[in-house]
Amino acid sequence: MSRRVVITGMGIYSCIGKSLEEVKKSLYDGKSGIGVDPVRKDCGYRSPLTGIVERPLLKGALDRRLRIGLAEEGEYAYMATLEALRTAGIDMEYLEKNETGIFYGNDSSAKAVIEANNVMVEKKDTTLLGSGAIFQSMNSTVTMNLSTIFKLRGVNMTISAACASGSHAIGLGYLFIKQGMQDLVLCGGAQETNYYAMGSFDALSAFSMRVDAPAKASRPFDAHRDGLIPSGGAASLMLEDYEHAVSRGATIYAEVVGYGFSSNGVHISQPSDMGCAVAMERALCDAGVAAADVDYVNAHATSTPQGDMFEAIAIDRIFGSSRPLISSTKSMTGHECWMAGASEIIYSVLMMQNSFVAPNINFETPDEHSAKLNIADKTVEKNIDTLLSNSFGFGGTNSALVVKKYKP
Amino acid sequence: MKREEIESTVRNFLIDEIEIEEKNIVPEALLKDDLGIDSLDFVDIVVIVERNFGFKIKPEEMADVRTLSHFCDYIESKVGDN
Repeated sequence: MSRRVVITGMGIYSCIGKSLEEVKKSLYDGKSGIGVDPVRKDCGYRSPLTGIVERPLLKGALDRRLRIGLAEEGEYAYMATLEALRTAGIDMEYLEKNETGIFYGNDSSAKAVIEANNVMVEKKDTTLLGSGAIFQSMNSTVTMNLSTIFKLRGVNMTISAACASGSHAIGLGYLFIKQGMQDLVLCGGAQETNYYAMGSFDALSAFSMRVDAPAKASRPFDAHRDGLIPSGGAASLMLEDYEHAVSRGATIYAEVVGYGFSSNGVHISQPSDMGCAVAMERALCDAGVAAADVDYVNAHATSTPQGDMFEAIAIDRIFGSSRPLISSTKSMTGHECWMAGASEIIYSVLMMQNSFVAPNINFETPDEHSAKLNIADKTVEKNIDTLLSNSFGFGGTNSALVVKKYKP
Repeated sequence: MKREEIESTVRNFLIDEIEIEEKNIVPEALLKDDLGIDSLDFVDIVVIVERNFGFKIKPEEMADVRTLSHFCDYIESKVGDN
């Protein structure tokens, strides 16, 4: 069985906006969501730069028992999912009557783990941890909570694949629907932004030190890039079997047509152009799309010297002759890590719907490799029929997704 | 601690932290059947009582605690003036 898979709902909660409308405007305007977190300075971070994401107030909006198992990233995922369900035209009554699955990317819940440890150290008594600690602490915190809150009864699991988690979650949702195992799957990615979560990443000296100019700090592909900026929030998408979507009269935003993956099998933190290229080639092959037919590539590029270089080499190898427009929206959002693969599909579909390519802000001076790419340094008005989105992570996990404009 | 102060503190945390409707908080209310306090809520109440009254509830001492009034009796036995 091979079925068409369409996106029928989207929701986003990020540092560049807390709704699709806000995010679309930020993308078009090239607005940065990066700022300084003073607490990180006090905790000895090299770089206090981060995406600034406002915590939602859920007390009064969500029942206590459903709320207290949500860690920070779960709160974001709840907010993003509300918007995804609203745009999908799906309410609680529908979810109770129709089996829906969930694949969500998440790879940490540091704050809950560390705070529980602090209580044990201070009180020497685990019974003083409270009932929410365990449900907030596990990597699957997002899926265990969302599936309970929204009464989901289909496939239910978290995908932990470092900074490719959100992309693989969509890829797996796509495969489950394509093969007829599910009709509806909620997919996405979530990322905590608290200071506990990123200390060990900062320890690798991977973050930008441009503290005096936060909006200029994330500069993927630019010759003067000096590191990434951690960020977060959540992105939710409703993936659906095409016939199922048509039969219930759903609005179709785009079609997922290809998923490619690979593992570098080399180094725990160093990327590989070969691994990136294999994932992209597999995605194009699965989609039945030629490289020359891709109008836009949403790059993974995080603004690190090595990572951007290897991705530029890989993109040039595959797209060198057609030179599609390329941008890394991380120039505005920072690196949304476990969430990024999902949010960047939403960013890209918003561009597709509104016929523009969001800028790779701060791309001012190309280097040897990025000079070969057609990088959009400003917003470009452009029709996008086909796009490819890359996501790569620690341990050499790679994912690429191909999305097409919906045509009946 | 006086009985009135114990009752007021319990009443406040049941409303603010356990989010029980104020109208349901009466002395004869059954903790489980009337107030809807389940085993997970009770895990949180252990934490809240320790924070507010400075002692840790022992589950075996709660065997006969059925109503809100019994619950305040139990707290009073630990921290009451008498």
